[in-house]
Amino acid sequence: MFTRRTLPLLIAGFFGITTIIQFFVPHPVSKSYYNLVLDWMIIVTAFTYLMAVQSTVELHTTKIKRKVEGWQYSLIVLISLGLTAFIGVFGGAFVPSTFLMKLIPAFKPTSTSPLMYTYLYMQVPMQSTIFSLLAFYMASAAFRSFRARSFDATMLLVTAAIVTLGRVPLGEFIYKGFPEVVEWILKYPNMAAQRGILIGVQLGIIATSLKIILGIERKYLGGGK
Amino acid sequence: MKTKIFLFLFILPLLAFAQDNQTTADSTHLFDFSSVKDFKVTDVGSDDGTALFVKWNAAEGRDAANLLRLYRETMDDSARVILADSQTLSGEFLDENLDRAISYRYVLVALDSLGNETVGRMETEYVSPKVNFFKKDKLLLLIMIFIYAGIIIVLVETVKKGKVLFVRKISGLDTLDEAVGRATEIGRPVLYVPGSSTMSDIATIASLNILGPVAKKIAEYDTRLIVPNRDPIVMTVAKEVVKESYSEAGRPDAYNDNDVFFLTDSQFGYAAAISGIMTREKPATNLLLGMFWAESLIMAEAGNTTGAIQIAGTDAVTQLPFFITSCDYTIIGEELYAASAYLSREPLLMGTLKAQDYFKGLIIVLIVLYFIFLIISSIAGGDVAILNKILEMIRFIFNS
Repeated sequence: MFTRRTLPLLIAGFFGITTIIQFFVPHPVSKSYYNLVLDWMIIVTAFTYLMAVQSTVELHTTKIKRKVEGWQYSLIVLISLGLTAFIGVFGGAFVPSTFLMKLIPAFKPTSTSPLMYTYLYMQVPMQSTIFSLLAFYMASAAFRSFRARSFDATMLLVTAAIVTLGRVPLGEFIYKGFPEVVEWILKYPNMAAQRGILIGVQLGIIATSLKIILGIERKYLGGGK
Repeated sequence: MKTKIFLFLFILPLLAFAQDNQTTADSTHLFDFSSVKDFKVTDVGSDDGTALFVKWNAAEGRDAANLLRLYRETMDDSARVILADSQTLSGEFLDENLDRAISYRYVLVALDSLGNETVGRMETEYVSPKVNFFKKDKLLLLIMIFIYAGIIIVLVETVKKGKVLFVRKISGLDTLDEAVGRATEIGRPVLYVPGSSTMSDIATIASLNILGPVAKKIAEYDTRLIVPNRDPIVMTVAKEVVKESYSEAGRPDAYNDNDVFFLTDSQFGYAAAISGIMTREKPATNLLLGMFWAESLIMAEAGNTTGAIQIAGTDAVTQLPFFITSCDYTIIGEELYAASAYLSREPLLMGTLKAQDYFKGLIIVLIVLYFIFLIISSIAGGDVAILNKILEMIRFIFNS
């Protein structure tokens, strides 16, 4: 019980209180303490990636073993994982490693490393593809929400129409004042609503932090209480 | 060849002499330093003892005739460091990254039209930067935190004594039970996405606080729970939370470690994988709670097309419209932080929730007061001293 509940609560409380004190104390000792904690965070995060790899390997190995539907994709994941790790370790991160240049003379110190190549020409285009889907999703979401079924929905539709028109050259062509109207909408009603939410959010963040530091909130440790 | 050597030996010194002569002539020009006053250096204060602030002003009725150059000198080293050039007779300079063990002084010299130093200089005393133990400009913030913590403690004690506090209805949270029940009825899993951020984000912690009671309920209903993660630390904590909740529900055997897993730390890779899970596994309920960025709509729309009941919650103001349009229920901003108390109804947590409301009320009162005083001040012509003082005070509170 002590190691599972009390100790983590004590650690959370200690680091919470010391970090608050650190924020108000400009002394170099306080700064170095903060940097030390940041270093620890980086080290801990680096090690947790091993757990991430373990989780991925275990999940997909189980899928392959049990031959669940689409197990072939799990095989591709594991092969890609192993291959990426291999070319990263032996081929160099940003520029080709000495080992790779000795093995394949075509690789020069100025060449792109194989790992960087996979990042630039495989990962980045794939990410951009998914990102580009947003345009279509926005259109479908807008179509659904802008149906004027109620007063609120009608207001949303009218505002969205004005903002859309004010953001394209056609809007300015129809009525010169459209961009100013859009600016006003974004600057006043929109900003007022956003700030209202943000004040609540900031207070929520402080309250949650205090609850964790004081040990009132314990659910993140697991279990209900 | 001889002619060339003669020219080199004879003409070059002549040219050098001519240049030197001109420099000497300009350097003898005197700059009247009485046109500069209050040239002083002060410690910045509320810092780690690495900065000094230098300031100088023009004497009344004087204009700049020369360019002024600011140097820094140390007691042990005669070498000077050029800090800044000023076109005017007034100026200031924040000198940073200094060593508090060294004494510094600052020197102002005037430059002539050719950029050469003129005779004469103005210098400050030797000063060392001082280290401070408290940021004085943050005092009000500290007082506010103490007041807030005080309100929390008072309300927690009030609740402990048995007082029932009213909390308004939050539809998104009330529907959680129904959503889990629906998944059980149709025999499909529940997908819980704890956001795309790390554990340092309070929204992620708030999400994991909701995961506990949700996982407990799911364990009681004997339904499958899928929790894909973007951050390894979040994954580790999520595993613990789910495992403990299953144990608390008396179903530790139903917990499957492979259902709480790591996907990828790539933002859109994560969104694509979640969309894939939604399409393949067809969860009956999708819970998207935590911090999200541009990927929010990709996930929410993918879930919408599968016909799942969707409850989303985030404190990211820019993503809220996407969730509102694509999800059945949206937990907006602060409601995410209230969820833990709302779901558990624990007296201690309810006290903190109420404190949050009271403090928000205090902020609203201050904003309204500011607005009223601003209107009165503007009607009165804007020069009523007491009103300006009150407005300044409220502005100071918010700036702090």
